[in-house]
Amino acid sequence: MIAPRSWLPTPVLSLLLLAVWLLMSRSYAPGQFLLGGVLAIAIPLLTYRFWDTRLRIKKPLVLLRFILRVLKDIFVANFEVAYLVINPWRKMSPHFIEYPLMLEERFTITLLASTISLTPGTVSANLRLDGKTLLIHALDVDDEQALIEQIRERYERPIKEIYEC
Amino acid sequence: MPLIVEALVSLLLVTGGVFVFIGSLGMAHLRDFYMRLHGPTKASTLGIGCMLVASMGYFWGVEGHIDIQELLITLFLFITAPVSAHLLAKTGLHLRLKHVQKTQGQPVELRDEEVGQKPVAHPDKGHG
Repeated sequence: MIAPRSWLPTPVLSLLLLAVWLLMSRSYAPGQFLLGGVLAIAIPLLTYRFWDTRLRIKKPLVLLRFILRVLKDIFVANFEVAYLVINPWRKMSPHFIEYPLMLEERFTITLLASTISLTPGTVSANLRLDGKTLLIHALDVDDEQALIEQIRERYERPIKEIYEC
Repeated sequence: MPLIVEALVSLLLVTGGVFVFIGSLGMAHLRDFYMRLHGPTKASTLGIGCMLVASMGYFWGVEGHIDIQELLITLFLFITAPVSAHLLAKTGLHLRLKHVQKTQGQPVELRDEEVGQKPVAHPDKGHG
């Protein structure tokens, strides 16, 4: 939990909220700035109790590369899944895979689980209570170990690099 | 609106439509619950992405300025789709929905000796 430090517990989040508000209202009139500003201060104040420890982005460049890679993978994933769905002769071999997590913070685990759900043929199904294993359902896998390695190298290491040390 | 923009917008719309359709098709005809989850989480994200880019292109062609609201919609979609898929999968595991025989791997969540034969009864309905 973030300590209720002041009237502005999460400055970055407040800025983001203001930006989203202005984009949504499609106007940059002073009134919108005022309304967005009030919301940007009020919402973090009302919700800071739900937030985990504040994580710092240590390497923005790695984050950018990570986002681009995930976007590319989403693109590829769509073609793969679409092909699997419309090809009636393709024999799929679905798997439940237990993925041993290296990440420790709840936020980074959420990020990894979301990434896994959005990328080729995998949906994260359950995070065990101890937070050390993620159950993944994969649509079509030949080699379980290779998939675990792939997730580890492609997604988990960059996330760890960006947020943890 | 220039012809080339119009052609691109149409192409994007058709591609988006095809992907959303395939996603829904997957949801309708794959074998078990866990496999059906894959359709809507992936095939539809790109489909809707295509449509939103088409929308941006259209309004750029008609009104001459670019709105980035569509990008916000995409962003919200990317944040919410995995979360809802995760919750659905979790619920499926909790209710111990059947999966196809050929599925490899036996998660603890689905083993009889770990969780018992039946899911825990809803408190309002009692345990009988």
